[in-house]
Amino acid sequence: MSTPVPRNKVAQWIEYRLPVFSWMNHNLTDFPEPKNLNYWWNFGSLAGIMLVWQIVTGIVLAMHYTPHVDMAFDSVERIMREVEWGWLMRYAHMNGGSMFFAVVYIHIFRGLYYGSYKSPREILWWLGIVLLFLMMGAAFTGYVLPWGQMSFWAATVITNLFSAIPWIGGGVVEWLWGGFGVDNPLLNRFYALHYLLPFIIVGVVILHIWALHHRRSNNPLGIDIKSAKDTIPFHPYYTIRDMFGMGAMLFVLFVFVFFVPNMLGETINYVEANPLQTPSHIVPEWYFLPYYAILRAIPDKLGGVIAMLVSILVLFILPWLDTSKVRSARFRPIYKQLFWVFLADCIVLGWVGAQPAEGVYIVISRICTAYYFAHFLIIMPILGKLERPRPLPESIHEAVLKKRGPAQPAAAMEKH
Amino acid sequence: MAETSHQHGVPGAPPSGETRRDFLILTAGAMGAIATIAVVWPLLETMNPAADTLALSSTEVDLSAIEVGQSVTVVWRNKPVFVRRRTQEEIDAARAVSLDDLGDKQTDEERAPKPEWLVLVGVCTHLGCIPLGTKKGDPRGDFGGWFCPCHGSHYDTSGRIRKGPAPKNLEVPAYQFVSDTLVKIG
Repeated sequence: MSTPVPRNKVAQWIEYRLPVFSWMNHNLTDFPEPKNLNYWWNFGSLAGIMLVWQIVTGIVLAMHYTPHVDMAFDSVERIMREVEWGWLMRYAHMNGGSMFFAVVYIHIFRGLYYGSYKSPREILWWLGIVLLFLMMGAAFTGYVLPWGQMSFWAATVITNLFSAIPWIGGGVVEWLWGGFGVDNPLLNRFYALHYLLPFIIVGVVILHIWALHHRRSNNPLGIDIKSAKDTIPFHPYYTIRDMFGMGAMLFVLFVFVFFVPNMLGETINYVEANPLQTPSHIVPEWYFLPYYAILRAIPDKLGGVIAMLVSILVLFILPWLDTSKVRSARFRPIYKQLFWVFLADCIVLGWVGAQPAEGVYIVISRICTAYYFAHFLIIMPILGKLERPRPLPESIHEAVLKKRGPAQPAAAMEKH
Repeated sequence: MAETSHQHGVPGAPPSGETRRDFLILTAGAMGAIATIAVVWPLLETMNPAADTLALSSTEVDLSAIEVGQSVTVVWRNKPVFVRRRTQEEIDAARAVSLDDLGDKQTDEERAPKPEWLVLVGVCTHLGCIPLGTKKGDPRGDFGGWFCPCHGSHYDTSGRIRKGPAPKNLEVPAYQFVSDTLVKIG
């Protein structure tokens, strides 16, 4: 692709000193994308949009919020009742967090289905896992800020996870708290971290996109781009599609914001934090439920914490656990089915994570936890060796034409 | 400068730039590492409990109002402390347990020097929830002590972990009897 020199004199002056115009042209306009991307490839850009969404609504909310145990709860209620459009900003931010996780999870499962984590995209994949961890940190610290009952007890339970560390655990937890329990020092530092983490996320997102643009997007066929015929420029083809995706996502988000803003939250978080009264049923937000189920499935404190951590850390070595040479599940007849079994397993884990930790629920959570790890540690390595993949197409271009049917272009030719 | 002693320690040897450069890089690197630690250390230490937080006072509990079989919750360091005046059956049950049945092996004698009075920090040793069993009508779990609803830990009448994910017994805080009816926690 050529690098057009800007016609405008001022732009030329800037370009000579800092080549922003050619940089934007290279990365946002002419950037060659595989021509066969489907709608599952929307969710990366949607996640980026949600990041901006959260930062913008968050900054506005921060201007009215007070990080003190005696005032935090009331300051949030004040935002809801007194601040102009405050209710909208808070509901947009609160449900925006859920939307962010929803699109990121779809983005991750897209990667799992089409083998986007495989060579040469391992570092791109790792950066994505780092982003997931950072998001979880941002979501958790943010959830504590309103200082409701669930905020307080979520902070208590999660910080206590660190007490499972042998020998130094107790000291680490007091260091995290800055005291002998969850109290004002913790609320203050969580507020600082909640404001900091999104900007660290922005930094890692830049690395993520850098790695993406260096080795280019994967595609539904999972085969490499071989020639210019396999690609189309990012603009206007994918810019317009990303805009369409954004419209669809905002539609869903606004249904929540305007009609059921508290559906995904816990009612008891509208009761101010009480350090002497644990709510009868503690559950995290929906996006943490599968991990919570894994934590509770293990009848040992340290073991549960390790299993929960490993459930995400295992993704780091997935590129090597998956021994198949074929990326896309389209050409992997068995993996294609086991992918859906795995997805169902994660959904059941999420469901059981919301149930009380007793009786049959414990059994279900243990079976699902075992399958979760078996999927990565046993099925993926063995399946890649046993499975016979279907033949891959020669090129993206050829596969796209074949799908359209060869008759069409031929018929068009005859008319000339 | 070139004739300094750290050139293989041989006087009069030709100046070896490599050796001197290695030395400089190593010392500079070491100084850099020490400087980094010196900067990071106080930054991390600021997050520890501050002096006023550490200086939290003790709490006194008047025991005269507590009847046999009754429990009260008092606040100490912003955490609940359970004080239970145990019945004879509860004491007997706690003392009859064999140490082999315990995950965190402690005798009831160690935990309650005055058998009638059991004083515990009311924080589940699993993930910090407050176990039920202090109020009348609360579920007390399979062993008649406390039950943590968060993740299902059962404690016995000595506050010892018997079943569930918690690794340790409920903590017994430092306390002393000021008089027969007054106990000072902390």
